[in-house]
Amino acid sequence: MAETTLDQTAPSADAQTPIDVQSERAGLRVRLSGEWSVETAADLEDRLDAETAQAPSGPVVIDGSGLEKFDTAGAWLVERTRRRLTESGAAVELAGFSEGQRSLIAAVEKTQRTAPPEPAPVNPVIQFLSLVGRGAALVLADLRAVTTMLGEFLVAFSGTLMWKRRMRWPAFVNHIDRAGFQAVPIIALMSFLIGMIIAQQGAFYFRSFGAELFVVDLVAVLVCREIGVLLTAIMVAGRSGSAFTAEIGSMKMREEIDALTVLGVSPVDVLVVPRILALVISLPILALVADLAALAGAWVVVLFYIGIPTDTFLLRIKEALDVSYVLVGIVKAPFMAMVIGFMACVEGMKVKGSAESLGEHTTASVVKAIFMVVVMDGMFAMFFAALGI
Amino acid sequence: METVLDSPAAERRTDREVVIRGRGLTVGFGDKLILEDLDIDVYRGEILGVVGGSGTGKSVLMRTIIGLNARRAGTVEVFGQDLDAASPAERNRIGRRWGVLFQQGALFSSLTVAQNVGVPMREHLKLTPALVDELSRLKIELVGLPPDAADKYPSELSGGMIKRASLARALALDPDIVFLDEPTAGLDPIGAADFDTLIESLRDTLGLTVFMVTHDLDSLLEVTDRIAVLGNKRVLVDGTFAELKTVDHPWVDAYFNGTRAERLKIE
Ligand SMILES: Nc1ncnc2c1ncn2[C@@H]1O[C@H](COP(=O)(O)OP(=O)(O)OP(=O)(O)O)[C@@H](O)[C@H]1O
Ligand SMILES: [Mg+2]
Repeated sequence: MAETTLDQTAPSADAQTPIDVQSERAGLRVRLSGEWSVETAADLEDRLDAETAQAPSGPVVIDGSGLEKFDTAGAWLVERTRRRLTESGAAVELAGFSEGQRSLIAAVEKTQRTAPPEPAPVNPVIQFLSLVGRGAALVLADLRAVTTMLGEFLVAFSGTLMWKRRMRWPAFVNHIDRAGFQAVPIIALMSFLIGMIIAQQGAFYFRSFGAELFVVDLVAVLVCREIGVLLTAIMVAGRSGSAFTAEIGSMKMREEIDALTVLGVSPVDVLVVPRILALVISLPILALVADLAALAGAWVVVLFYIGIPTDTFLLRIKEALDVSYVLVGIVKAPFMAMVIGFMACVEGMKVKGSAESLGEHTTASVVKAIFMVVVMDGMFAMFFAALGI
Repeated sequence: METVLDSPAAERRTDREVVIRGRGLTVGFGDKLILEDLDIDVYRGEILGVVGGSGTGKSVLMRTIIGLNARRAGTVEVFGQDLDAASPAERNRIGRRWGVLFQQGALFSSLTVAQNVGVPMREHLKLTPALVDELSRLKIELVGLPPDAADKYPSELSGGMIKRASLARALALDPDIVFLDEPTAGLDPIGAADFDTLIESLRDTLGLTVFMVTHDLDSLLEVTDRIAVLGNKRVLVDGTFAELKTVDHPWVDAYFNGTRAERLKIE
């Protein structure tokens, strides 16, 4: 047999080369040696492909007698080469493989008989159009989801009011604590700094025409009517809105929401109502805290930077600030809280199975909530302007 | 407290190569000890079954050996190397030689099955993307998943398919040891039997060492070479299925001679 003649000529000198190709009559003899594993596959792939690039007219023998380590990656390289050569018309024969190696090749041989599906060709125009269409459909679906959630919330809430449904008090108190009480320090600090900044900037410009005292009016009106509640809502959207989305979303991912439904417990009752109510209660209080903290910040600047004594500051505040101004600010807070809560819960319910989708919807929840809060603030401003408040 | 029972397997322990050697392992959470002064050996090429009641710490033991849980005391040697003494590079190299199937699958939810299987190859080796894809699909079919499962996301798979997909990922680098945490839980009996056959044939072809936590009596009987019983915070006893049937301990006796075990034919 050819095998015996070849064994004499097989060079043992360079046993290091993992592939040794010999011409044999019209065919080839490919001798593999050393380690053929996933660790070495990166190099071996190219070399094996290059060595056997052209299928000879005669038979090809792949000889595994020199192999030391052989795993599925090695077996796949052999099998892949065998398939390629067979396809181009060569007869391929395996020789010298041990029984274990043969069974490995046999296992590999059965796989990937069908080519993986090619991705369908994309037409850029159609792709663009479908992108637009999908975007529009998403907006509609969003609208629908928010309306549905609003309806479910109202049903659940009115049910609670009429004692037909149970209010989850422990959850409610817990969310008041987390979304409201625990937010006090950061919101107070932020507003304190904002109050200082507005006062300092105002003083800088008002000084040029000697009207530093009006800094107090500036801060009081601006903060109480607009900035205080707006910044608080933005902070709460970032802080609690994202948390709500992540909580509900991860419950959705692990089928916990489905479990609630199956147990005959409405997820809206248990998860949505306490969260939204907690925000509706917390946000006005936080806005008030923000107003006071901003005034305190302004007071510090007025006293130490501008040099106006405290009693003048207080008098000026009394003059500048009307209770209705504070109310104009606070009245907006529950509505903003609803928007933040709804966005958070709706996005949370939209989470699908993957971690990526959780991140996506948490981002969407915060971005949409902040955007809606700002839009809402603008509408309130127009409304109050029309009323002349 | 009871002491460790005499193990039927004790006399065979001497001359085989130990790939994992745990000594004096003590693990606890808070003030509660889960494992205390536990010794365990895993020999090259064997399929070791680990059993024990729910909550006895089988998963904890597995995670401790892999180094995911902190130990209060004890040493773990893998391939003769103490994991505490190993440098990060050595640990990385050892990490490439084992594959893990977690109890919950732990597939990356934002990657397809094929991408999941490709992760270890992409991270550790410089293979061409085409070869990574081919090898991933190869592994996916090897563990008995249909080829079209490769492009699905984990959330689109059934429980049994998740098990198989995560086995495929565990096998991605052709490891020397695989750790399997309840691989056949949640599979139909035929699927479970296939899985057992698969593990056995992989052991035979790849020379795998298998550390398998399981409650599946069929698996224990069919594929394990040796069974270690966890209880009282340590390995109570180890031996083959037939040997454990004769052990005089209430839990072991109930487990291996209970009505379910009796129905199995032991040849
Ligand atoms: N991260 C952790 N923190 C606190 N306790 C834990 C932690 N992980 C596990 N435990 C406790 O350790 C004990 C053993 O848990 P383990 O998951 O190992 O059980 P098991 O033997 O695998 O059970 P099962 O067969 O149900 O999977 C349990 O009592 C569990 O409560
Ligand atoms: Mg477990």
